[in-house]
Formats: sequence, C-alpha cells, structure tokens
Amino acid sequence: MESATVTDSPGLARPSSLLASGAGWRRRAKDRLMTVLIAGAFALAMIPLISLVYEVTKRGIPGLNLDFFTEDARGVVGEGGGASHAIVGTLVITGVAALISVPIGIMGAIYLNEYGQGRLRRALTFFVDVMTGIPSIVAGLFAYALFELFLGPGIRLGVMGSVALSVLMIPIVIRSAEEVLKIVPNHLREAAYALGTPKWKTIVKVVLPTAFAGLVTGVMIAIARIVGETAPLLVTTGVVDSMNSDPFHGRMQNLAVYAYNEYRSPGVFKQAAYDKAWAAALTLIAIVMLLNVAARLVYRRYKTEIR
Amino acid sequence: MSQVDTTTNAGQLLAAASGGRRRLGDRVFSRTAVVAAVTILALLAGVAIFLVSEGFPAFTASASELPEGKSFLDYVAPLAFGTVLASAIATAVAVPLAIAAALFITHIAPPRIAGTLGYLVDLLAAIPSIVYGLWGIFVLGPAAVPVLKWLEEKLGWIPLFEGPASATGRTMLVAGIVLAVMILPIVSAIAREAFAQTPRKLTEGAQALGATRWEMIRMTVLPFGKSSVISGAMLGLGRALGETMAVTIILSVSGAVSFNLISQANPSTIAANIALDFPESSGLAINALIATGLVLFAITLVTNMAARAVIARQNHE
Repeated sequence: MESATVTDSPGLARPSSLLASGAGWRRRAKDRLMTVLIAGAFALAMIPLISLVYEVTKRGIPGLNLDFFTEDARGVVGEGGGASHAIVGTLVITGVAALISVPIGIMGAIYLNEYGQGRLRRALTFFVDVMTGIPSIVAGLFAYALFELFLGPGIRLGVMGSVALSVLMIPIVIRSAEEVLKIVPNHLREAAYALGTPKWKTIVKVVLPTAFAGLVTGVMIAIARIVGETAPLLVTTGVVDSMNSDPFHGRMQNLAVYAYNEYRSPGVFKQAAYDKAWAAALTLIAIVMLLNVAARLVYRRYKTEIR
Repeated sequence: MSQVDTTTNAGQLLAAASGGRRRLGDRVFSRTAVVAAVTILALLAGVAIFLVSEGFPAFTASASELPEGKSFLDYVAPLAFGTVLASAIATAVAVPLAIAAALFITHIAPPRIAGTLGYLVDLLAAIPSIVYGLWGIFVLGPAAVPVLKWLEEKLGWIPLFEGPASATGRTMLVAGIVLAVMILPIVSAIAREAFAQTPRKLTEGAQALGATRWEMIRMTVLPFGKSSVISGAMLGLGRALGETMAVTIILSVSGAVSFNLISQANPSTIAANIALDFPESSGLAINALIATGLVLFAITLVTNMAARAVIARQNHE
C-alpha cells in the first residue's frame, strides 16, 4: 500500500531518472500511460454499477405504491394489483432455506475447524469449494428431481425452492463460518480445557459466543446472496398470482420470478407490467443492500475484541 | 495447523479423562458435527445421482421422442456451444478489467479509499441476476445497437462481426458483456487478494533499484499473482457457464450454431434453454432438460475442480 506513496515522492523518484539517464522520460511516460489505462479500466468497470443502480431506481419508483405491498395479482389485468404474494413467498422460501442451511452450515464449519481430521475433512474442504460453483439452475433441477421421485411429475412447492436454495446457501455459510471460527484464538480454548470444561461445552460457551458477530454477519450475507435467485425457483416453485404462505402446499410466487414473469408475459398493458417488473427489481436490490449494510453494522457493533 | 491439532488432542484427552456424563455430551456434539459434514457431502452426491437418474431416460430415448425430434447429442451440442461461446466472451472481457481493477485498488488508489473501492466492486456480485437481465435488455441492449452497427460496417470482414447487426441489441456480444460484469467481482477479488500479498521486499526492492511504479507492477506484482489470476479466471468462467437469467432474458435465440456475435440469430445456452422451456415442458422433454442440466453440471464441475486444483497447488508451494 505504502509503495504507492513512495513512488510519488520526488525524493525517491529522482535517483531512478538519474540512473536511467536519457531513456528516463520514456519510462516515466510509460508509467503515466499505464497508470491512466489502469485507472480508466477501473472507471469502466464501475459504469455498469452506477448505471444499474440509477436505472433500477428511476424505472422502479413509478411501480412502487401501497398496492404493490398490500395486494396480490389475482385476476388483475393491466394496472393495479400488487406483489404482496411475491413478497410473502420470498420471505417464506428464503426463511425455510435459512432454517435448513444455517444449522448444517455452522455444524459443518464446527466439524471442519474443531473436530475434522484426515480424509473426511479434506474431502469436505474440497467439495464445499466445488459446491460454491454449482450453477443455480442445476440446484433447481436437483430439487425438482428429488421431489418428483416421491410426489410425481409436474410437482411445484415452496419448500422445493427452499431445498434448491439450500444447495447454494450451505457452502456460503460454511465458508464464512469456518473463517470466523478460525480466528477465535486457541488460548481461549486452552483456558477452558484447563478449567476442566468438556470440549462440546467449550465450543458452545466459549468459541461460538466469541465468533457470534461474525457468524451472524456470514449468515446475513449468505441470505443476501440467495434472496434474489430466480432460475432455481422458476423450475421448483412455479408461477402463481394469488397469495400462498404454506411452503408445503401448492405453487408459491416470489419477487425474482414475479419480476421475470411480468417482463416475459406483460400481456396487453405492457408498460404497467414493466413498471411492476422494475418495482420488484428495485425491492429486491433494496433487500439485498439492506442485508449487506445490516451485516456490516452487526459486525462492527457486536464483534468481540480479541486480545 | 499443528497448534490446532495439539489442542484437539488435549481436548480429547481431557474429555476422555473426565466423567461419563461429559463424555456423552461430547459424543453427541461431535457426532452431530460429523453428521452435518456427511450430509453436505451426501447433498453434493445427491445432486449428481438425482440428475443422472432423472436425465437417464433422455440418453436412451430415440430421436423421435425427444424435443425437436433430434437425438440427445444433437439436441445438447448447439446449447453447449452457445454456453461456451457466451462464457468465453465474458471471461475475455472480464479478466483484463478485473486485473486492472485489482491493481488499481491494491497499488494505485490512495490506501485510504482502497477499502471502499473494493467494497464497490464486491457490490456488483450482490446484485441479483434477474436485475442484470432487465438492465441488459432495457438499457445496455438499446445502447449497444449503434455500436453493433458500427462493428458490422467497419469490421464486418471478421466473421465475429459479420452481421446483419441486430436492431434490438439482443445479441451474443451484449449477453457476454453482461455476464462479464457479473463475474468481474469474483475474478477481481481473487486477483486483489494475491496482489496485496506481494512480498514487500520485492515491491520495495524493485523501487529501490529505480523501477517506476508500472515496472514494479510488471516485474513483481503480476508474476507473483499470475497463478491466482488464472484460477480466478477459471472460477469466473465457471460462474459464467452456469449463469441463467441474464442470458435467458437478453439473448434472442434461434438454435443457430454460429460465431456471429452481433446478429439476431444466436445459439441458446444450456441454462437459458432450461429456464425458457422447463415451465412448459412435460414427460420426456423434462428428462431431456434435466439431462442437459447434468451436462452443464459436469462442465462446471470440471472447470471449478481445475481452478481449485491450481489454488491448492499454489498454497502448497
């Protein structure tokens, strides 16, 4: 980091130009050129972020009204109606996915960091990394294939979506939880053992509380990563216009699929449908950003100072 | 590592030496942890097993029973081609930008704001793919139309830009660029981590010998981070291969197999094809789609395992 300032200070830059004598200006010019190119490339990479946030806000606001949050879309043609069924669906599907993923993920991380030895540990480390690369649509197909086997073809349930999302969420939870458990200092564990505390109690009463803020942060970021998933839900939870809050019965709408569907089949009143799609997109971005910011705040406010 | 192991052993010894009640608690807790570990491995195995069992009927079915009346290989080949083409464009666009962004954050931007800039790049990864899709078709696509026209006129002799240029921007090139934006954060994050770890003695040594900042970067930072950048690029490629919604929304598909990046007729990708056809399919068509999903799973698995192997070897050294 400091190296950057070192080059900028003229006292150190001068000897280099003395050494290089005649060719010095050429090297300095190349240095300037590359610096400008690299900064330009960074700026170029930021344009999509700025444009995206601007456009989603601009196009999303017209569709955001009270109805959007309180009404469902049953029998609605054109304007009017809302996405309350999709919002409830998103909360239920994501909530159930978190209920499945958080215990498995955190116990898995405890295994990796506190118990794991030998081949099972190595296999788990490797395959958790591999799992982070599973395409989301493949996770959806897996959930479909699993439930189809027991409940017959064409099955669509909210909980199927949760299972699909869990496949994506578990590796994120386990990765972040493992990182946090790793930085709990060993002398805390040793102190607990020295007092005769059994290992499991040491983990529950010493290790986990020390790592608590980090664990919560990791879970929130994992939720933020899956809450906007579309593809796996498209093949598992189906599309529906009316409210359904029971993950074990019938199709269930969610915000991402709602946005996709309003775009894909806008019907006669195109602009009204597009407005709703953008409003859903804006709501999703807002949820994701809130989760990210809240995660940072939780970490800052509650992290344990380790000395 | 060795420190962790000694504590583990000490803990086990202590637990073994103490009373039976404690041992029960330990046993239950450690078993639960092992069960969680095995569950995760079983889940991954389950993904493979269920995709194989549900995809299998499509492999053996005759061509006339399958969608489009083609044998499974003929059905999946153009899709696999489209998948690889879109991902190759994405990787080719994203990697140079990601390297530049990582260099800018670690070695050029003032250290005071470097953290914030890194956070901004990471934000790109937080945006849901459906939003990228809508942005691609409503904003980037229309904005790209004049550029596509220009490419057709000036560079039309290159097969990639043969045209006729699309009037809506729903082309392979635009889809690839959106994918590039989506994978940029992961490639950049891995490159950033490696660049920041370049040993001080190398960077400062280079500067002490009179190297300019660019020469320092070229001679120490880039060689040091090379293998990380390669593995990051492969992880990004893996992401792009499996990315669904952005391509589903943006790309106008015709099933054509062509390298023409700016026309209206494009090959679909495996993931986009599933998202488009699955909701309206039934019977053997579902099996065929799941079988294409299995192919996609295999492709991404190989890509990711190769990337992880590169990282593992490098950590070993």
